[in-house]
Amino acid sequence: MDFYQQISQYIITGLTIGAIYAIVAMGFNIIHNATGIVNFAQCEFISLGGMFMYSLVVLFKVNLIIAFFMSMAGVALIGALIEIGPIRHARSKEIIILIFLTIGLSEVLRGAAQEVWGTDNVGVPAFSGETPIHLPGRPATVPQHIWVFAITVMVMLMLRYFFKKTLMGKAMRATAVNRRAAALAGISVNRMVLFSFAFSGALGAVAGMIIAPISSTSYDTGIMLGLKGFAAAILGGYGNFAGAILGGLILGILESLGAGLISSQYKDAIAFFVLLLVLFLKPTGIMGYGESERV
Amino acid sequence: MLKHKDYFCFGILALVIVAIPLFVESKYYFIVLNVIGLNTLVVVGLNLLIGFAGQISLGHAAFYGLGSYFSGILTVNYGFPLWPAMLVGMLATGAVAYLIGYPSLKLRGHYLVMATLGFGIIINILMGELEQFTGGHDGLMGIPPLTIGGLAFDNDLKNFYLIWSFVFFFMLAARNLLNSRVGRALRAINGSEVAANSLGVNTAEYKVKIFVLSAMFASISGSLYAHYITFISPSSYDFYYSIQVVTMVIVGGMGSLWGSLFGAGILTFMSEALHVAKQYHIIAHGIFLCLVLVFLPEGITVGIYNFFLKRKTRKLIN
Repeated sequence: MDFYQQISQYIITGLTIGAIYAIVAMGFNIIHNATGIVNFAQCEFISLGGMFMYSLVVLFKVNLIIAFFMSMAGVALIGALIEIGPIRHARSKEIIILIFLTIGLSEVLRGAAQEVWGTDNVGVPAFSGETPIHLPGRPATVPQHIWVFAITVMVMLMLRYFFKKTLMGKAMRATAVNRRAAALAGISVNRMVLFSFAFSGALGAVAGMIIAPISSTSYDTGIMLGLKGFAAAILGGYGNFAGAILGGLILGILESLGAGLISSQYKDAIAFFVLLLVLFLKPTGIMGYGESERV
Repeated sequence: MLKHKDYFCFGILALVIVAIPLFVESKYYFIVLNVIGLNTLVVVGLNLLIGFAGQISLGHAAFYGLGSYFSGILTVNYGFPLWPAMLVGMLATGAVAYLIGYPSLKLRGHYLVMATLGFGIIINILMGELEQFTGGHDGLMGIPPLTIGGLAFDNDLKNFYLIWSFVFFFMLAARNLLNSRVGRALRAINGSEVAANSLGVNTAEYKVKIFVLSAMFASISGSLYAHYITFISPSSYDFYYSIQVVTMVIVGGMGSLWGSLFGAGILTFMSEALHVAKQYHIIAHGIFLCLVLVFLPEGITVGIYNFFLKRKTRKLIN
């Protein structure tokens, strides 16, 4: 394989993993815009998505497409329960307390997942086989990479449609811009926050499910993926949806090139080094803040 | 300056520290007590940051680890004298914390949580990968125990006295700091940043200083750990440890010095008690954290204290 081919191979891998980061970053952004908090339970949504998929497809032999939507709904429900329960009933509404609370909730979910599935890595079958596709003039691509990319694009388009065109999406954006004004306009802020958690759950689940066939999944795969999705969100500009996509893809490509050209052991370090650089040089991220600017 | 109440509390702490070896004999309990002491040092420092500057650090494992690795590498690989190595570790950790804290604390909002999170993960990876210095994932062995004159702190009892003297004096220092001008400024920042700023308190500078100080506390604790256990490996300094110490701060009570001691004590004890049933550790830890945050957001000690205070006032009113 010549150098050019190698580089394009790295970039394809980078775009695939970057697409996953972008979805995760979206999940972080949606909750941030609705509440102003960093939801660390997002990491667990990813693991749960992957593990639900594994249980349904491998253990219960459910049809792949049905399993996909069932896991999505399942994790969305867990996200909603987190909001209805602890987050809504916390006696202090201070941001710092709520952030810590999501850390605690993520530990509870991870512990529960460990109880249910154990600590082994498990595989999930690829959506459409493992035979590499040879496009003319391009390096061979495993079909799952294309699935990841296609599903990400679809999710992004659907989110865009939802937030720009539907009434509920507009209501959620209004809540992000100004909570009190939104409430005065008759929007139920509580319900918007609830939806944002359910949405993030569903997004996390999608990320976990589409990556599961590429790298095996376990009860704690979500931690690293989630934290890097968080880094991607900051890289793009926290709360900014276009920034999340850009941040995810850039992070994915940098990480993949770094792993290929420098050293694969430093793969994770590279991602977080980029995060630190961005924080120091341009703390608002590449695309600037999103709709809400909370301090 | 210390107040009367402080003399009383620190007197009791000193008495308890001296008295414990008279009643405890088991080596196992000394190990647990020493770990509690080491965690208390980290938690006291972190509590200054969380409780008074209102900032979150998710990377204190890295500062704790830097202390350990500076002490370990300098003494094992380069034959440095023990105490200067510890001092170098503390100063270097402080400098690194300044580099991270300065840009992120200049801005308002929760930038520090992201910066420390990333930094913690990078340091943890470097510990495993820079094998020629750190010994890689197998760890660094043969770190000599600390000595004063001819006395080597080479068993659990001696280390108990060493570690808890550090805890005593660092808590005293923290209390002194909080009762001083700096402490009043910090409390003002915690009350209202805008108000403190308009009264001439340089809030950003105080936040950076307190962050550096809290990193140094963690570094000292890390050095003591390295010389006590004589073996260090990257797994002791992962993301999970950062979360553990943050939990101790919350459970003990944000902004409460004695709460730090309590939080470190109860959670270290809990992890030791759950050592046999390791798989329940995460979930128990998480449930505990959630319960405290939902029902007693001011922490167990302060929460219970406030509860009784309220009852007392209610009785007085009736």
